[in-house]
Amino acid sequence: MKKYWSFFRLRFVMGLQYRTAAAAGMVTQFVWGFMECFAFQAFYETNPAAFPMEFSAMVAYIWLQQAFLAMFMAWMMENDIFEMIVSGNIAYELCRPVSIYQMWFARTIATRVSRALLRCIPILAVAFLLPKPYGMTLPADLGTFLAFAGTMVLGLLVAAASCLLVYVLAFFTISGQGLRIFMVSLVEFLSGAIIPLPFLPQPFRTVAQCLPFASMQNVPLRIYGGDLAGRDMGYAVLLQVFWLVFLVLLGKGLCRRAERRIVVQGG
Amino acid sequence: MITMEHICKSYKVAKRNAGMKAACKALFHREREVVRALADVSFTIGEGEMVGYIGPNGAGKSSTIKILSGILTPDSGRCLVDGRVPWKNRMEHVRQIGVVFGQRSQLWWDVPVADSFVLLRDIYHISQVDYVNQLEELEALLNLGELLKIPARQLSLGQRMRCELAASLLHRPRILFLDEPTIGLDAVSKLAVREFILRLNEEQKTTVILTTHDMQDIEALTRRVILIGKGRVLLDGTLDELRHSMERVRVDSAECAEQPESEGERSLEQVIAALYEKLDIV
Amino acid sequence: MNGLRLYVRYVSVILRSAMQYKMSFLLSALGQFFVSFNVFLGIYFLFGRFHEVKGYSYSEVLLCFSIVLMEFSVAECFARGFDSFSGMVRQGEFDRILVRPRSAVLQVLGSKFELTRIGRLLQAAVMFVYGLGHCRVEWTWLRALTVLFMVLGGVVLFWGIFMAYAALCFFTLEGLEFMNVLTDGAREHGKYPFDVYGKRILQLCTFVVPYALVQYYPLQYVLGRSQQWQLALCPLGVAPFFAVCYALWRFGVRHYQSAGS
Repeated sequence: MKKYWSFFRLRFVMGLQYRTAAAAGMVTQFVWGFMECFAFQAFYETNPAAFPMEFSAMVAYIWLQQAFLAMFMAWMMENDIFEMIVSGNIAYELCRPVSIYQMWFARTIATRVSRALLRCIPILAVAFLLPKPYGMTLPADLGTFLAFAGTMVLGLLVAAASCLLVYVLAFFTISGQGLRIFMVSLVEFLSGAIIPLPFLPQPFRTVAQCLPFASMQNVPLRIYGGDLAGRDMGYAVLLQVFWLVFLVLLGKGLCRRAERRIVVQGG
Repeated sequence: MITMEHICKSYKVAKRNAGMKAACKALFHREREVVRALADVSFTIGEGEMVGYIGPNGAGKSSTIKILSGILTPDSGRCLVDGRVPWKNRMEHVRQIGVVFGQRSQLWWDVPVADSFVLLRDIYHISQVDYVNQLEELEALLNLGELLKIPARQLSLGQRMRCELAASLLHRPRILFLDEPTIGLDAVSKLAVREFILRLNEEQKTTVILTTHDMQDIEALTRRVILIGKGRVLLDGTLDELRHSMERVRVDSAECAEQPESEGERSLEQVIAALYEKLDIV
Repeated sequence: MNGLRLYVRYVSVILRSAMQYKMSFLLSALGQFFVSFNVFLGIYFLFGRFHEVKGYSYSEVLLCFSIVLMEFSVAECFARGFDSFSGMVRQGEFDRILVRPRSAVLQVLGSKFELTRIGRLLQAAVMFVYGLGHCRVEWTWLRALTVLFMVLGGVVLFWGIFMAYAALCFFTLEGLEFMNVLTDGAREHGKYPFDVYGKRILQLCTFVVPYALVQYYPLQYVLGRSQQWQLALCPLGVAPFFAVCYALWRFGVRHYQSAGS
C-alpha cells in the first residue's frame, strides 16, 4: 500500500506545480459557471413549473461542477498511458513489482484530485459570496453534507474505474483513440455534465440513472442541493457501490488477461 | 559581404526562485535580470569566405546568427549583409540567404522530400527553369536520387541532413548560415556533408558561416575562425593563429611543464577546451 | 506566384500528410462531431421540456447554434496555426518562418489545415437545414445573404481571437488557457442568442468581444424579429476588432524580434 501512496504523492506534487495554468483554468470555469447559470435562469423564467429541480439546487450543481471539474471530466485521460500501450513500452511497466491496475488507479486519482483541489477552493469561496440567486448556499444539514462528501469520494472512484476500463480495453483494440472518443462522449452526456439528468424526459431519465455514468458526479452534486434525498439517495449510493465493485472487478480481470497476452506475445 | 560593428544585444529574463513563497510573489512582481548576449561584437566577412564561428554554449553564437538572418533586432550597432540591414527589410533579405538549423527540420514530415522542395520553390518564387537546374545540380552533388521520393520522417539523420542542405540552397542564396550541420551524424554522413560544403564554397563562391561544436568540422572546412565568449569576440584569425595564441597562454601558465607532447600533436579539441578554460568563458 | 496560390500549395501538402493517417483523421473528425452532438442533445432535451426560451423556439435556437458552429469550425479549420501557436513558439519553428521571404501571417495560416473540423461542420449543416425548414421565416435574398455575412464575419472574428492568442504567446506561454473562454466558451454558449443570458452579457458580447455582431443582431433580422435591414450589416463591425487583433499580432512579432524567445 505504501508504494501506491508514495506514487500518489509524487503525482500530486507534480499536479500542484502548474499554478499559472490553474489560475487561468479558474477564470475559464468562472465564466463558464456564470453562463450556465444565466442560461438555466432563462429556462427557469420561461417556465418555472417545467423546471425539474429547485433553482438554488441547480446553481449549487453548476458551481460544484465547475469547482470539481477536474475530478469528473471524462476527457481527463492520460495520454502517456495510451502511448505506452500503442508503442509497447508497457513492457517496462510490467517490470516493476506493482500491479499495473493499482498503479494506474492511484495515478488517475492523484491527477484528478491534485488538479481539482487547487481550483475548487477559490471557486467555491467566490461562489458563496455571490448574491442571490447565483450564490452557493450551504447544504440543508450536516447529514446532507456528509452524504455529499461520501458520495463525492464514491463518484470519483467510479469515474476513475471507468477511466481505467478504457485504458485496459485499449489493449484489446487496434485504436485506443476511437474507444476513447466514444467513451468520452458517452460519459459526458450520461453523467450529467451537459445537462443534469433530471432534465431528461422519462423513460430516458430512469434508464440513465441506472447506468454507471450516473454514479459519478450526478449523485453528489444533486445531494448537495437537496435534489436527491431520502430513499432515492439510498438507492443511488447502493448503485454507486455496485458499479464501483463491478467496474473494478471487470477492469482487473481484463487487465490480468492483457498482461498475460503481453507476456505471451512479447508486447 | 558581412559587416558587424559594435553589435550589442541583451535579454531580459524573468528571475525565478524556487518555493511556494517565491512563486506567489512572482504573481505580482517579477524580478528581471538582464543578460548580455552580445556585448560589442564586430567583424567583417568577405565574399566567398568560409568562417567558423565557435564558442561554448551560451556564448552568443545563435544570437549572432539570428541577427544576421533578420530574426532578431540588436539593441545597438550597425550590421550590413550584402548591403542590406537584415532586420530592416526582412523579406528582401531572407531571399538572399539560406539557413540550416541542424537541430530542426525544415522539411514537411509526412510527404516525400520532393514535395517539400516544390513548396519551397513556390515560397521563394523560383522559376521552373532555375528550379530544375538547381535541383539537378544538388541531386548530383549530394547524391539525393531516390531520397526525394521518401517522406522526410523515414529518412535517416544523415540522409535528412543532405536533404536539408539542398532545401536551403534551392534559391541559390549567396550566403549560407549553418547552425551545427553535423550534429548527431555518423562518420560517413559527416564527411559527405563536409565535402559538399567545401565544394559549394569553392565552386559557387557562396559565403558560409558555420557554427559548430565539432572541431573536426572547423579543421576540415575553415581557414578562419571567430571565437566568441560571453558575448565578445575573443579571437578572430586563422586556425594556426588560434593554436599559436594557445601557446602564448600556455607559456604564462605553470602547468605546461607537465605536458611533454608538442602543441602540434594535441587535437584541436583539446586546444579549444583549454582555451575556453583559460579565457574563463565556459 | 501570389499568396493565395501558395496557400493552396500548403494545404495540399497538409492534406497529403493527413491522408497518411486516415484512421486517426476519421476518428478525430468523429470526435469533433460527438463533442458538439452532445451539446445538441442538451438543447434537444431542454426544448422537449420547455419548448422555448426567452421567446426563441427550438428551430430558431438550432439555426443560431448551427451558424455559430459553422463560424467556429471554419475558422478553426483555416486558422488552426494560430490556435496552436504556443507549440510553434516553444519549438522555435517561428524562427524558420522569419527566414522565409513570405508574410508571417500567410505562413502561419499555411502551417495547419484542420480538415477534421468537418465533423462539426457537417453537424452544423444538418442542424442548419433542419432549422431552416422548421422555423417560420420567409426567406428572401437579403436574409440568405445576411446568414452568409454572419458566417464570414464570425470566421474573421474567431480568426482574430486566435491571432490575439498567438500574439500573447510571444510574451508568455503560461496561463493562456483563459483564452479558451473566448474560443471554446463562445462556441458552446453561442448556441443561444446572447440576449438569453441577460442584458449585461449582451453588452459584453457587443462592445468587448463583438460576438453579438455575428450572432444576436443579424439574427434578429434573419428571424424576422426586427424589420431593420441595417442589422444585416452588423458583421462588418467585426473589422475594427480584427484590426486590433492584427495590431496585437504585429506588436507580438516585433517584440519577438527585439526580445528573442
